[in-house]
Amino acid sequence: MITREPVYADPPANMFAAVWRRAVLLLGNIGYAGSLTVQALAGAPGLLATGRRRRELMRQLFVTGIKSLAVITVVGMFTGMILGLQVGLELRRFSKEIYIGSAVMVSMLREMGPFMTGLILAACVGSSMAAQIGTMTVNDEVAALEIMSISPVRFLMTPRMGAMVLMTPVLSFYTCVLGVLGGGLVGQTQFNVPWDQYISMAMDIARLRELYVGLLKALVFGIVITGVSCYEGFTTRQGAVGVGQATRRSVITSFLLILVLGYIITRLFYDL
Amino acid sequence: MIRFEHVTKCWDGRNVLNDLSFEIKRGEIFTIVGPSGTGKSVTLKHMVRLLTPTSGSIWVDGMEVSAAGADDVRQVRERFGYLFQGGALLGWLTVAENIALPLRERTKMPQAEIEGRVAEALRMVGLEGDGEKYPNEISGGMQKRAGLARAIINRPEIVLYDEPTSGLDPVTARTIDHLIQRLNDELGVTSVVVTHDLQGALLIADRIAMLTGGRFVEVSAPADFVATEQPDVRGFLDAQFIPKTGLHEMSARRNT
Repeated sequence: MITREPVYADPPANMFAAVWRRAVLLLGNIGYAGSLTVQALAGAPGLLATGRRRRELMRQLFVTGIKSLAVITVVGMFTGMILGLQVGLELRRFSKEIYIGSAVMVSMLREMGPFMTGLILAACVGSSMAAQIGTMTVNDEVAALEIMSISPVRFLMTPRMGAMVLMTPVLSFYTCVLGVLGGGLVGQTQFNVPWDQYISMAMDIARLRELYVGLLKALVFGIVITGVSCYEGFTTRQGAVGVGQATRRSVITSFLLILVLGYIITRLFYDL
Repeated sequence: MIRFEHVTKCWDGRNVLNDLSFEIKRGEIFTIVGPSGTGKSVTLKHMVRLLTPTSGSIWVDGMEVSAAGADDVRQVRERFGYLFQGGALLGWLTVAENIALPLRERTKMPQAEIEGRVAEALRMVGLEGDGEKYPNEISGGMQKRAGLARAIINRPEIVLYDEPTSGLDPVTARTIDHLIQRLNDELGVTSVVVTHDLQGALLIADRIAMLTGGRFVEVSAPADFVATEQPDVRGFLDAQFIPKTGLHEMSARRNT
């Protein structure tokens, strides 16, 4: 059952009891969010089962992918341009501007592509998920689904999860491509690095492994953003104020998890 | 049919329901009235296990819903229709799609049969021709009627109404009341209505219960309800600004 009630009926007796209670609740909430995520992922094969489900998946793909495209284009391009500019300024001291392409490519593939995509999707799509499901929760629409014996996780969360799982790696790759193009633009206009030389240096250092790790990161970020946002939506309380708080919490938690998980994945795949 | 046995619901140290015991008989319209925040909707939500009591038990036809597992809860819920206060329609689906939702998601009913059932439900609630509109394109009263159509599409044995007439003009409110009565008469459903609207309650109820402080202070037929000297009930009746004679006439009209 998705509808959750406060675990404790009575207020805590003292400060220690309050701290202990918060710790237990936090662990319970993490477990609940994880359980929702697993349930949503488990339902993913059913997304292709009927025409109606496929249409819903397409709708969510549109919301996640196409509607975020404009902001991702701008952010991806400028991330590459800033990287190119900063790296170029340092490399110029050693007259090694030709390596701008290598530096931008590695940064974009390994870190900046998935990170920027994750952060943008958390802000644009995740917040919208939390707000929409939160509004549905406080308007009793989620409870109505439960009473109709329709699983809110399968009905609401699984299509969003499916769309994020499919779109985050694609958008991350798109961000990388735009970042590399942006870096090339700066290299050519600010540091006089010829385009073909820039691309040649960039492609020389690009390895498939780096691309795969970047895409894996993006995939993990997509799952985490959906899990956190839908969890916040399903546990929203107290009307419009609660929806606002749930939206804020979903963005903050997603940002933090993206940073922490990004570090952990990097540490796992790249030896020190 | 539905039985509450010493049900207490406690939140933040406050008893929202306080040792509440009552029974609803098959086929009756049982109306719960009372001031805001006294636990009327909470009582309703316990019946379908959207909430679980802190202590006590809730029974639906011999099954203890309050202690049932997920599968049993699902089975029990299939016997219920629930009209939420705002209709609780899904905004991205049309009225017809909303009404068809339980059939589409839970049954393998052929499309033609679903369409027939939806058309019948729309006709029953007076929304023929509005099936293709989206919830934000229809009025609050129409949304409630659409919610009611969705609640009855599965032909439930019990329909729960949470404030079915709140926020509606008196004419629309009476239309909803007549609809509840008609569904009760024509489909033989058991109805539990939570409302502030005493006029409506007197018109349609077989029994009216007054909930104050988490427990019923009066449970009686409409005629007895208006005649009682119980102070909370008297205060509630007087606050409705309806002369006593008017109330008697209304309860008498229901009884005939």
